[in-house]
Amino acid sequence: MSIEVKDLRYVYNPGMPGETVALDGVSFEVRDGEILGVIGHTGSGKSTLLQHLNGLLKPASGDVYVDGQCITDGKAKLVEIRRKVGLVFQYPEYQLFEETVAKDVAFGPKNLGLSEEEIADRVKNAIELVGLDFEAIKDSSPFELSGGQKRRVAIAGVIAMHPSVLILDEPTAGLDPSAHADVLSMIRRIHESMGIIIIFVSHNMADIADMSDWVIVMDHGRIVLRGKPREVFSHGEMLSGMGLAVTPARAIMNRISAEIPDLKSDALTIDEAAAELREYINRTKNI
Amino acid sequence: MIRDITLGQYYPGSSPVHRLDARTKIIATLLYIIELFIVNNFWGFLIAGAALFTVIAISRVPVKFIFRGLTAVFLIIAFTFVINLFMVDGRILWQWKIFKITYEGLMRALFMAVRLVLLIIGSSMMTLTTKPIELTDGLEKLLKPFSLIGLPSHEIALMMTIALRFIPTLMEETDKIIKAQQARGADFESGNIFQRAKSLIPILIPLFISSFRIAQDLALAMEARCYHGGAGRTRMNEIHFARGDAAAAILMIVFLAVIIASRFLPTIF
Ligand SMILES: Nc1ncnc2c1ncn2[C@@H]1O[C@H](COP(=O)(O)OP(=O)(O)O)[C@@H](O)[C@H]1O
Ligand SMILES: [Mg+2]
Repeated sequence: MSIEVKDLRYVYNPGMPGETVALDGVSFEVRDGEILGVIGHTGSGKSTLLQHLNGLLKPASGDVYVDGQCITDGKAKLVEIRRKVGLVFQYPEYQLFEETVAKDVAFGPKNLGLSEEEIADRVKNAIELVGLDFEAIKDSSPFELSGGQKRRVAIAGVIAMHPSVLILDEPTAGLDPSAHADVLSMIRRIHESMGIIIIFVSHNMADIADMSDWVIVMDHGRIVLRGKPREVFSHGEMLSGMGLAVTPARAIMNRISAEIPDLKSDALTIDEAAAELREYINRTKNI
Repeated sequence: MIRDITLGQYYPGSSPVHRLDARTKIIATLLYIIELFIVNNFWGFLIAGAALFTVIAISRVPVKFIFRGLTAVFLIIAFTFVINLFMVDGRILWQWKIFKITYEGLMRALFMAVRLVLLIIGSSMMTLTTKPIELTDGLEKLLKPFSLIGLPSHEIALMMTIALRFIPTLMEETDKIIKAQQARGADFESGNIFQRAKSLIPILIPLFISSFRIAQDLALAMEARCYHGGAGRTRMNEIHFARGDAAAAILMIVFLAVIIASRFLPTIF
């Protein structure tokens, strides 16, 4: 499984007032089992990009290949693409509509035309995979749940379609710290147990550094930086020039190294920063 | 897509039409609608159409933009055209089994269709060239005299402002929900009419819930800013009649005379 994007361009309201070039020549590739983190200022084109990956938007030019198959030539079957590429929108809890949690999660699988048993099976697995108690929650109304639970139910609705690529647009936006941690560990669990490609957008640089194999940075509809997290977050000034930032741990370490020049640091996470400081203290204690 | 509906939408610009006082445009639109019903032959419609076309040309709103948003409306007009065509008795022009087209039916259908098209484009011109906020300000001022007899003019204007303000928001919301359900494999395009109606449920319920959420937030925000109704409210931008409005008023009177005169022109057919 792979996803390949080639020179994608997209314009909102072409030829009308409010014409916006939202994507301006975007290319990248994600291979089997990788996690891709996407960062960028609000309005940089992240959501527009994600909607091209399962055929919800048609590019003005450029192509998207899912598993080597072109989905932008107009020949691909949309239902087939949406089965392969699961997209979770920002604030997905606003799409819930059924009377019960189980029915809502079953909506996607039903649209795929699966058998009743298969659907029931998938619903149960999906709800458990997102870390909710299936028996306790299956018959409650999705509107009675807490914000974090609602969001996980909505994500279960996409998981239940068994996609080979899972795309999440700002999955932790607006959640309190504990729901935030729940959603992150849920994404890890999904990645481990299903082994699928995950593409996610976040404004939380620590999450991006923690989770991603690769990071792309978007600005004005283009990819301006790409690489391993450590590589991308070594461009601190460039990032802050685009209204972004390095991870908090990286920022602290930058500040400390400015005071203590012989403390060389390339830590991204809190754990790495702690290890470096411990090492530095041990090294200098005896002097 | 749903965003393409331009009914009630504003097209930003600074043409003489845009600069007219909202009250002038409201009165002109009302007068134009009345005049469309004064017209009784095709000469009148020709004149009314030419006048409308002139206004569109002056306003510099692209014709493409106006029509793009009215496709759905034109479908409804086509439907009433067909109904009228077959439902009126009179001199028979064409007959097949129980279906017949009469001279009177054809005339009636044509009249109604032309009238509706002019009416809709005419009133779109008002919303296309006037900011919603100006429109409701104008309406409130026009209705002010009626508050003497108990008409809640401020509240009516406020409701209109809110409705207009939230059309784009709700459209955006609808667009998002449709996409989210499509991402879950929902299909809104195939099936018979019942299946299609049923496929709307996953859109309508979230939309309903969103509307209530938006309404609640708005009410709270207004209360937090001490909104307490119309009494004693002042505004930052007062609207004023200008020279253009006087010119428009003269043109309206002339146009009304021309339209009335057109009733006495001999019919073409
Ligand atoms: N439905 C839309 N209609 C018109 N313009 C849009 C629409 N959605 C997004 N845009 C514009 O496209 C650009 C990219 O938006 P988006 O992809 O939502 O960015 P991001 O997700 O990075 O915040 C922005 O300038 C935004 O204003
Ligand atoms: Mg976005």
